[in-house]
Amino acid sequence: MTAQPSFTPAIRRLLMLGSVVAALALSGCATTGGGRTDDPFEPVNRAMYAINDPIDKYVFKPIAQAYVDYVPSIIRTGINNYFNNIDDLFSVVNGLLQGKLDKAGNDMARVMINSVPGILGLIDVASDLGIPRGNEDFGQSFGYWGIPQGPYLFVPLFGPTTVRDGTGFVLRVLWSPTTEIPDVAVRNVIYGLGGLDIRAQALGTTSLISEASLDPYTFVRRAYLQRRQYLVYDGNPPPPKDDE
Amino acid sequence: MRVLLNAWRGLAALTIVMLAIPAALAQEAPDAMVKRVANEVQQIIKTDPKVQAGDQQRIRDVIETKLLPNFDFDRMTALAMGRNWRQATPDQQKQLIDQFRALLVRTYSGALSQYRDQVMDFKPLRGDPASSDVTVRSEIVRSGQVPVQIDYSMTKTAGGWKAYDVIIGGISLVTNYRDEFNEQIKNGGIDGLIKTLAAKNKGLK
Repeated sequence: MTAQPSFTPAIRRLLMLGSVVAALALSGCATTGGGRTDDPFEPVNRAMYAINDPIDKYVFKPIAQAYVDYVPSIIRTGINNYFNNIDDLFSVVNGLLQGKLDKAGNDMARVMINSVPGILGLIDVASDLGIPRGNEDFGQSFGYWGIPQGPYLFVPLFGPTTVRDGTGFVLRVLWSPTTEIPDVAVRNVIYGLGGLDIRAQALGTTSLISEASLDPYTFVRRAYLQRRQYLVYDGNPPPPKDDE
Repeated sequence: MRVLLNAWRGLAALTIVMLAIPAALAQEAPDAMVKRVANEVQQIIKTDPKVQAGDQQRIRDVIETKLLPNFDFDRMTALAMGRNWRQATPDQQKQLIDQFRALLVRTYSGALSQYRDQVMDFKPLRGDPASSDVTVRSEIVRSGQVPVQIDYSMTKTAGGWKAYDVIIGGISLVTNYRDEFNEQIKNGGIDGLIKTLAAKNKGLK
């Protein structure tokens, strides 16, 4: 995406928006495939999972573990806070998109406090002041508007998602303030740290999955879909059907 | 003679006390019970030197004696099996309950080993406390992070309130295993599922 100097950022974003609309339209009608209704691409997804597993096991997980073991926690916390601050910024937008003004207000206050006195988000002053995080994102807004989740996708090096949530994530990356950093090298380092931060945060979860699951693919899928449903309904999802 | 009578009286008194204990426990409110067990386990994790040293056997003992008596594994297994439950023979059902129980002990041991000092908040009970089915709601609060909600679905049994599902951050244990069990049964039948569970518990998988 960065290798398209001929597009101005504005045009690039317009093009993105077009493909987002197309993807969401797709998510609405692509729910009639064979097999499971929420995972019509299961064979492809399983193949992707099989590709991802060794890469994660032998490359990303050890790197993330080394990061946790050797980098002082004050630095890791700062990095985590920086990305949380950007998440909070998007939570403002998505709180507004869903008319959740309380949450949007809290998140707005968080971003202002953490970006200025908190030095670009590195210090989470707002949490010390007791302002809770809204934790809203584009995928949740789409869900709130009634757009179905669409097919489940497992993306190598990224993990579980759905057409709806993946679309939201693409928007989140493209509109992130990090894209405004002019120096490509600096920007790429920040993206790298972002990935590292996410993987390091998930270390406990992934070891629990390998401990608890009979088939990790099935386990991750159901856990992911349950979690997203819960977030879309702000912690009060309608009760699931007792049997399929 | 007098000594004997005193002994008999003492024994009678003891019997009455012992009979009264389970009744008192049965009357403990479900949220009070979860809170008490959580506090007890937290206390052990913080103070027991063997647990702190990562002694797996000791951690398993704590789980067996403190946590597991508060779960209704029969119901949990039946729910995770869904409509396959009625197709299982009584013997298969028994094996499934035992294996599922063992798997949860393993999982809990792993989770407890990763435990850090965390603050638990309890929220008002969902459901009518007079009914036999309620949800106890709690939250793990960590500074700077979104709190993790932990809900316990509880049912009233003859032995007091027991949990039959744990929902962590919206992820129901029973729902998650229902997919896993379905998958295994589709591929190898109920015996296939029992075999997979047993292999997993022996650490082969």
